[in-house]
Amino acid sequence: MRLRMPRMAPSAYIWLFLGFAYFFIPLLATFLFSLDKNSTGKCCTLHSYGWVIHNPGFWHTLKVSFLLALETIAISLALFVPTVYWVHLKVPKLRPVLAFMALIPFVVPPIVLVVGLLDVYRGTPAWFYAKPWGFLVVAYVILAFPYMFFSLDAGFRSIDVHTLTEASHSLGASWVTTLLKVILPNIRAAALAGSFLALAIVMGEFTIANLSQFYTFPIFLQYVNETQAYPAAALTLMSFGITWAAMLSLLFIGRKRGQRAAFLTGAR
Amino acid sequence: MAYLELQGLVRDFGTVKALDGIEISLGEGEFLSLLGPSGCGKTTALRLVAGFDRPDAGRIVVDGKDVTRVAPNKRDMGMVFQAYSLFPNMSARQNVEFGLRIRGKERGDRRKRVDDLLELVGLAAAGDRYPYQLSGGMQQRVALARALAIEPRVLLLDEPLSALDAKVRVQLREEIRRIQLELGITTLYVTHDQEEALSVSDHVAVMYRGRIEQMGAPAEMYSAPATPFVAEFIGTMNRLEGTVVDPSTGAVETGGVTLIVEAAKAKPRGARVLVLIRPETVEVAAANGAGANTMTGEVLTHTFLGPVTRLRITSSGASLIADMPTARAAALPPGSKVDAALPAAEARLLDLTDEPLPEIAEEPAPVGR
Repeated sequence: MRLRMPRMAPSAYIWLFLGFAYFFIPLLATFLFSLDKNSTGKCCTLHSYGWVIHNPGFWHTLKVSFLLALETIAISLALFVPTVYWVHLKVPKLRPVLAFMALIPFVVPPIVLVVGLLDVYRGTPAWFYAKPWGFLVVAYVILAFPYMFFSLDAGFRSIDVHTLTEASHSLGASWVTTLLKVILPNIRAAALAGSFLALAIVMGEFTIANLSQFYTFPIFLQYVNETQAYPAAALTLMSFGITWAAMLSLLFIGRKRGQRAAFLTGAR
Repeated sequence: MAYLELQGLVRDFGTVKALDGIEISLGEGEFLSLLGPSGCGKTTALRLVAGFDRPDAGRIVVDGKDVTRVAPNKRDMGMVFQAYSLFPNMSARQNVEFGLRIRGKERGDRRKRVDDLLELVGLAAAGDRYPYQLSGGMQQRVALARALAIEPRVLLLDEPLSALDAKVRVQLREEIRRIQLELGITTLYVTHDQEEALSVSDHVAVMYRGRIEQMGAPAEMYSAPATPFVAEFIGTMNRLEGTVVDPSTGAVETGGVTLIVEAAKAKPRGARVLVLIRPETVEVAAANGAGANTMTGEVLTHTFLGPVTRLRITSSGASLIADMPTARAAALPPGSKVDAALPAAEARLLDLTDEPLPEIAEEPAPVGR
């Protein structure tokens, strides 16, 4: 039997259109603005996009931020996957404590965080304190903690951690093998979700990078915004596109896994 | 010689004594079922054997070697769990192969062993399917193949059929027994379903409050329960509380009726006893004047169980259960006055202690069993 899709009420189309317009009009305005020529202020040219692409600062900061994001993701996964796994398996009572701790980065303003961190790490070696790969990543791992924790927590809650672990052990697997071969592949979607959120945070984080005087992509964006009106609009749209590309890939992977999870639930 | 021995196993969870010094000795290739109600400690015992938990006292010996402190991944125990435990990211074939990969077996050997095992559990054509593409019964078959793949020293089964529907359960338990006999693998099976335990095991151990109440062959457990709990848990049993009034004749007074029980001759006068009578041995007929060992009463309810109908009869305050062929039961509807002849002469008799009798919810077997 074919299921008929329920008909949408006419008022629903109006609300849908208003919602779409709310998000789309500013983007359209930014896009049209970005097509104006810098010298004359007249439409239409891709000059601003060319300016951005040929600006070495764009590529340099994009690379720095992207590498920072990858480092943040790697450290966060290495730190939080075993921790959340262990908490779910051995000390589930600690889960609410971890959840509470994960909320702290939301509550503490970045400016307070960076001042505190600068003070804490003041005596550390220059290769750590003066380099974005050291100090800045520490701050970003803290910022990514809530996103990583809640994603992983949801992932671990969707599988039977105890039974899978015990089944793996009974077949002779060690803890490491169990984590890498059995647990991690089954929380892949959750780990990816946390990773993409961490990527989005690092690609857009301004306050901490600015106060600790590192030159990252958001700093470059801010600099262009203050000095070049039309290229700033083009750069804004391009960073928007980069973020969306990451989000769409997450959606794509998540949908594939989601279908499988639905089957799993149905079979039980 | 014993192959698997559980020696004085004790496990406390705070104030709860989950295991209170259990002793089990099982020969190689034998099938033992641990049977008991929820919370009796049967799963705890199994988890100790698997190595997922450590006992507070006692030893686990397999083939003469103490494995009490050995890590679970070094014990070579194959286990099938109550919950579906297949790795969702792997196909049925990869699941079965997992333990062999861990052991570093050659690819060719692995492939042959996996093929053989999938064939053995009747899933040769489903090797490439993922767990979400398999039914519950198929998943448990793959889990069984996976546990057998590593050629375990002992096969542990933790209520593997409890999530399945009745028909698949019966089918799969027979297959488990067939495979176990074919491979001659020592097996420990945990279940709360007495029919399951009685039908597939060489030995059954009934557990209650962390202790083994009785262990023996299924027929022995059914016909000669050693304790009131076993009598109540294995099958359905009429338990008539009474007092020995005349040891010379074996007269026991129960609910205003005097029964002559052979076993009561060995008891002192005034001894409080429990007369145990299986419902299927009670002969029920329309009231016609009570004879020896007969209680007169009224039919309270009928419970249709397929080939037989279970009658609940009340007689001078005592309640009695009798099973009779369904065709004959129709002649004795609820409200009928009946005589219930008890085969009391050969009835089992147990001493009644001051400890209250355990209450177990009665679950009539489904129609058609």
